[in-house]
Amino acid sequence: MATTAPNVYNQRTVVRRTRWQKFLANKKLWRGVTAILCTLVLWEIGSRWDEWFGFRLPFIGFIPPPSDVMVAWLEVLPKIGYWQSWYLSFKRVLAGFLSAMLLGIPFGLALAVNRYFRDIFFPPFEVLRPIPPLAWVPASLIFWPTNEMSIAFVTFLGAFFTIVINVLGGARSIDISYLRAAQSMGATQLDMFWRIVLPGTLPSIFTGAAVGMGITWEVVLAAEMISGGGTQAGGGLGFFIWNSYMGGSLEQIVVGMISIGIAGYLSSSAIRYLGTVCMPWRRLF
Amino acid sequence: MTVTPASSGEHEAQGPASGKGKLELRNVNKGYGEAWERQEVLTHMSLTIAPGDLTAVIGPSGCGKSTLVDLIAGFERPDSGEILLNGEPVTGPAHDRMVVFQETALLPWLTAYQNVAFGPKLRGDLKGEALDAEINRLLDKVGLAEFKDKYPIQLSGGMQRRAELARAMINNPLIMIMDEPFRGLDAMTRELMQEFFLKLFEETRRTNLFVTSELDEAIFLADRLIVLSNRPTSVRETIEIGLPRPREFHMLSSPEAFKYKRQAMEVLHEEAMRGFTRSGDQQAFLDAYRKGDEAQSDG
Repeated sequence: MATTAPNVYNQRTVVRRTRWQKFLANKKLWRGVTAILCTLVLWEIGSRWDEWFGFRLPFIGFIPPPSDVMVAWLEVLPKIGYWQSWYLSFKRVLAGFLSAMLLGIPFGLALAVNRYFRDIFFPPFEVLRPIPPLAWVPASLIFWPTNEMSIAFVTFLGAFFTIVINVLGGARSIDISYLRAAQSMGATQLDMFWRIVLPGTLPSIFTGAAVGMGITWEVVLAAEMISGGGTQAGGGLGFFIWNSYMGGSLEQIVVGMISIGIAGYLSSSAIRYLGTVCMPWRRLF
Repeated sequence: MTVTPASSGEHEAQGPASGKGKLELRNVNKGYGEAWERQEVLTHMSLTIAPGDLTAVIGPSGCGKSTLVDLIAGFERPDSGEILLNGEPVTGPAHDRMVVFQETALLPWLTAYQNVAFGPKLRGDLKGEALDAEINRLLDKVGLAEFKDKYPIQLSGGMQRRAELARAMINNPLIMIMDEPFRGLDAMTRELMQEFFLKLFEETRRTNLFVTSELDEAIFLADRLIVLSNRPTSVRETIEIGLPRPREFHMLSSPEAFKYKRQAMEVLHEEAMRGFTRSGDQQAFLDAYRKGDEAQSDG
């Protein structure tokens, strides 16, 4: 061993890694992959064997094993109808979600900022809020001229109430000293809205969006199942599942379910990503 | 962490706004609630804060120190009486009176630099390179030059307070109102901040109203110490602190400082007792008092 210790930090060459290499080197990724693989293996064993350690498992044998589901999936993958279901569901979710954001954020902010507005509009809002979106389905089927519109409306309702409540709560909980400090420095009412209230509410807007997006997926599928694949609306992942059920294909039902899972995950990832882009100060927590 | 303020006082020397504010409260009253459940907070409050002085305000807890700050800053209006800044009545918040808040009020979505820029940008009275130079000068002065692109959450408690000082100073107020600014800092950081703030003040001698609940802090910093009474609050005693400037920490252990401390403690103790007697909890207070000094130094 040399007595003069070389300066390790100066000698170390900095290895520049590509994004892809960084992505693969991430332990978080491999933990996630392992977890999913373990689940699949357990599921496979569970549905292939009737007995576990001498105990007969009541229902798990009915569920098709993941290998069968994979086969069914490979069958539908090249079919255009499957991708059309994706497209239709995504279109409805986006329509409902975006309109809920577009109306919900200004409405929530108005409730938070103006006392008179709150006094007038909050009570009816609170009466309508507990009504589950699916309870609106029959009424909206009658009310809206097309099935497509009623599905979009019900999806909109699912996200709207959550977004409004989050925006309202977020804007109301802004630290009053932020507003006072701004006032001292000469901020007008408009300045305070744009420079304090809006950025201060941004985290809640994204929370509302993430939760709202989840509800939108729940609602759109149920609405698709109910309204069915008639001549007007048709399609969608919800209808895909319903159709598989009617056709008696268990594997396809599971394919549909997993597709929804993936679709939901993609949507919420997109929102999370947008959140970190819009709120750089939140990444540091 | 550099705590020594770099001395370059060009900005203070220029412009009329660098002058010092004289603040007067004349018979100010403030209370809350309707007549049948009215709580008087301030009654017959009269005090004068001389220009270029650091006036510390101390009082038992819950005595309405924060209400006083809100009134002077213009966030609240007095029920009666007058608040005058250099002879002009105070009608609302304005940048001639800057408040440094109890907990940090830095905007979390702006970097240290952007936070300091916030006020001038709102008003548009300082722009472009002049603004940039001034922000950098102030951030350098509070020792945050390297941290200017950090968000408040990335700064330590002491750094946050210093950033806040810079944000207040850039608005060039006539008077700075500090509402227990070093509360919540650990003892070590607090001492460093007191020393740092003192240097800053002695350099500029900008009129300062320093609200605190720590007697040592008040005596160390102030030219004048105003002791408030219990609720309904008015000025109970004014003590001129004659310790020489520039101040050093060792002065706190001089007999003179002890004299001021004792004088203030007696009044504070009496006022705290009054509060406890009224709430019928005198015995509890006495027990706590005998056990240690916590009860009064908190007060």
